[in-house]
Amino acid sequence: MQLSRNRILIALVVLVPLIALAPVPDFWINQFNTIGLYSLVCLGLVLLTGVGGLISFGQAAFVGIGAYTTAWFTLNMGMSPWLTVWIGLAFTAVCALILASITLRMSGHYLPLATIAWGLALYYLMGNLDALGKYDGLLGLHSLTIGSHDLGTGRGFFVLAWFLVLAFATALLNLLDSRSGRAIRALKGGVQMAEAMGVNTFRYKVVIFVLAALFASVSGWLFAHFQRTVNPSAFGLKMGIEYLFMAVVGGIGQVWGALVGATVTKLLDDQLQVLLPKWIGTSGSYEVIVFGIALVLMLKHLPEGLWDFVQSRLPAGRRTVDWSEAPNLPARNKPANGDILLDVRAIRKEFGGLVAVNDISFQIRAGQIVGLIGPNGAGKSTSFNLVTGLLGLTRGAVHFRGQDISGLSSRAIARRGMARTFQHVKLIPDMTVLENVALGAHARGRKGVVSAMLRLDRAEEQTLFKEAQRQLERIGMGDQLHELAGNLAMGPQRMMEIARALCGDPALLLLDEPAAGLRHLEKQGLIQVLRQLQAEGMSILLVEHDMDMVMQVCDRLVVMEFGTRLMEGTPSEVQESPAVRAAYLGEEH
Amino acid sequence: MDFSIASILLLDGLTNGAVYALLGLATVLVFTVTRVIFIPQGEFVAYGALTLAIMQTGKVPGTVWLLLILACVAALMDAFAQWRRHHRLVAGLQAALRTLALPVVVAALAAFAAPRNPPLLLQALLSTAVVTAFGPLVYRVAYQSLADASSLVLLIVSVGVHFAMTGLGLLFFGAEGFRNPAFWDLRLALGPITLSGQTIIIALASVALIVMLWLFFERSLYGKALRATAVNRLGARLMGIPSQTAGQLTFAMAAFIGALSGLLIGPTTTVFYDSGFLIGLKGFVAAVMAGLSSYPGALLGALFVGVVESFGSFWASAFKEVIVFTLILPVLLIRSLYSGHSDEEH
Repeated sequence: MQLSRNRILIALVVLVPLIALAPVPDFWINQFNTIGLYSLVCLGLVLLTGVGGLISFGQAAFVGIGAYTTAWFTLNMGMSPWLTVWIGLAFTAVCALILASITLRMSGHYLPLATIAWGLALYYLMGNLDALGKYDGLLGLHSLTIGSHDLGTGRGFFVLAWFLVLAFATALLNLLDSRSGRAIRALKGGVQMAEAMGVNTFRYKVVIFVLAALFASVSGWLFAHFQRTVNPSAFGLKMGIEYLFMAVVGGIGQVWGALVGATVTKLLDDQLQVLLPKWIGTSGSYEVIVFGIALVLMLKHLPEGLWDFVQSRLPAGRRTVDWSEAPNLPARNKPANGDILLDVRAIRKEFGGLVAVNDISFQIRAGQIVGLIGPNGAGKSTSFNLVTGLLGLTRGAVHFRGQDISGLSSRAIARRGMARTFQHVKLIPDMTVLENVALGAHARGRKGVVSAMLRLDRAEEQTLFKEAQRQLERIGMGDQLHELAGNLAMGPQRMMEIARALCGDPALLLLDEPAAGLRHLEKQGLIQVLRQLQAEGMSILLVEHDMDMVMQVCDRLVVMEFGTRLMEGTPSEVQESPAVRAAYLGEEH
Repeated sequence: MDFSIASILLLDGLTNGAVYALLGLATVLVFTVTRVIFIPQGEFVAYGALTLAIMQTGKVPGTVWLLLILACVAALMDAFAQWRRHHRLVAGLQAALRTLALPVVVAALAAFAAPRNPPLLLQALLSTAVVTAFGPLVYRVAYQSLADASSLVLLIVSVGVHFAMTGLGLLFFGAEGFRNPAFWDLRLALGPITLSGQTIIIALASVALIVMLWLFFERSLYGKALRATAVNRLGARLMGIPSQTAGQLTFAMAAFIGALSGLLIGPTTTVFYDSGFLIGLKGFVAAVMAGLSSYPGALLGALFVGVVESFGSFWASAFKEVIVFTLILPVLLIRSLYSGHSDEEH
């Protein structure tokens, strides 16, 4: 399947540009030249918005940077367009990096707002700078040529533009099916899970923002030499919004949706610009009414876009297992049984005046299963989040394998060999179980975005998938590798999270209420898996409500109440403690 | 630049800033209650100013017809929703009538009064009523069924609404710009600066509206209900505050503030069908400065934007928009440095 998919893609990249040789009327060639330009921008938006969940209304501004850069440098410095494209990309990258570093650390809606402001500012800047010809723009650009072949108009341009569109689409598909791609696909569901898998989410957000901007910049470069003139009107905020509209119409999460959206929008736009003024009786850009209403209707009734109709009718490809011969990933050396693995020293968390965790201390020795229990609101999950670095400590210290890890980010802690699951399962529903689990091995891979796009990462991918399959088999899910994670029931979802955590090769596994929502048999299965993991030398910290299970699997228990440690001991000691009974049953003590 | 120019610019900036402040407050209001980033806020400004302008000419403003069309769409949606729930025709009709009643009355009044050349104040009142009636309908038609969607989806919807409203503005008002007559043609010379009646009205109206908003949120039951919805939609719903009502009420207030701003700036500048967008966005920049959450912050931000704009237009008039909108970047940078990491969306 993989191989045949690659063949289809390569065939597309080679064959579609050759349509230019066929007797297609010039009108349609020109229509599709423009559609190709739009598609390039939309491909970037699919990555940024559809996959990564970041919205930009400012893509038109990046198109403008690409167009104006090549226009200015070819006209004023007499440079070749084949050189200026790189200058344009460099400019775009710098601008995108600045914008990204300012806005991407904040919550989701600041980026779109900043891109609106930025799109407007750049539009007025282009329209008022003398060097850029003010609102008239720059005229008299040269066409793109290779040797004596004119690639700047008609059929020649079609070949170049559609070669680039399909090459970029292929690169994007390759990227999404890679280590980096899985990390990018994790961004939309919130950053907690991805960070806990060792993913630097901020870096990936910056990367996809810059990539989307670069796609737009290439489109601008092509546009400038296609139109032979640039002026601000094509790069305003309205166009920026239209690009987003195209992506939403086609299917914002789908690579091919970008092409569909660009095509439909362009053809519709042409019709409306002729028909509406005719109906209404005066000229004007009335098509925005239709676009606006269509956008709202799409989001309400067809949020997956038009391509989804096609996608849902295509046979779902199943990944071929080609990694059985791949080498194993190197494993970290594990602590010897009985060593102190985790040393929690008087950790404290205050929210304003509320002390949620009040100087809790406990230790975990290698090979132990320790349970953290207590009534609702006792501060168990908060303690858990303090240990894993999701929350910052007010006071106290956490030592892991002899090193002080207090104050480290959850990502840094994950990379030191502490893996966790979540109380509310966090998975990527449209990825398979195998891919979800492979995300857990993120920190054990190296290959980056560029090698993924060029598909130079296959050897490493095989090792990651081999590890993911091994971990899934370890917990008894070896027969569900290729199911979509979103289709799993609650029990298997929780087990999958454990496999994902194991994929990080942890020395300590932290499970946050793994039995919540599980049926009796699933619970028995979970107990067996935990025992088996312990037998294989794994150490586990468990936050759990299910007393039955806790008593069965834990070596030691830490009991919390109202943020303080009530007692610590073996399960039988805890069961006999009158203080614990009082805490649970509400007696006076 | 000497002191007199500076003081003129300052007064000019503060006057514009006061209008931006109103729009900034509306933006914060809508965002806190409904999580909608309401880009089309500025469209209400243009609608308000242009409705009054058309009334001045003695014609029935196009907004009246638009209001009726929108009310019919909303009524159909309500009727259909009711019918799907209860499968009773009467319930559906009742729902439709409830939605239609107010807009139809307002539209009828406006259509009746417009050709009879009523006094300016009455025209202003009618214009405000017509545009205010848009608020709940826009919420009903575009946002209500998406109330639980992510704020990013709501933002894209806002952009769609902005597109549609701008286009409809062109359709119903035409491409021509209008400048409204002043409400009060007083001119007061105070040293180097001349205080016009309109400036005083703008200042008074802004202060009055801010005080009213404060009273509404602090003292009235509805205001408290809106605040409760802003904090926790589900919780508020369980306490018997329907989030639909909260949303529609908020949008009505936003539309009212927009229309009022339109009336305030109408006499100071020529308003076109698409002028509202830039004005609204400046209020927006102010709201973003306040983190979309603080009313006093939005007020200060708006005055700052107004002053920067007015000084910017003195020093580099071609680049005043560039300056105002680039301003948002350092502000966001500072906010990101002080507000720490991004919050989880779940």
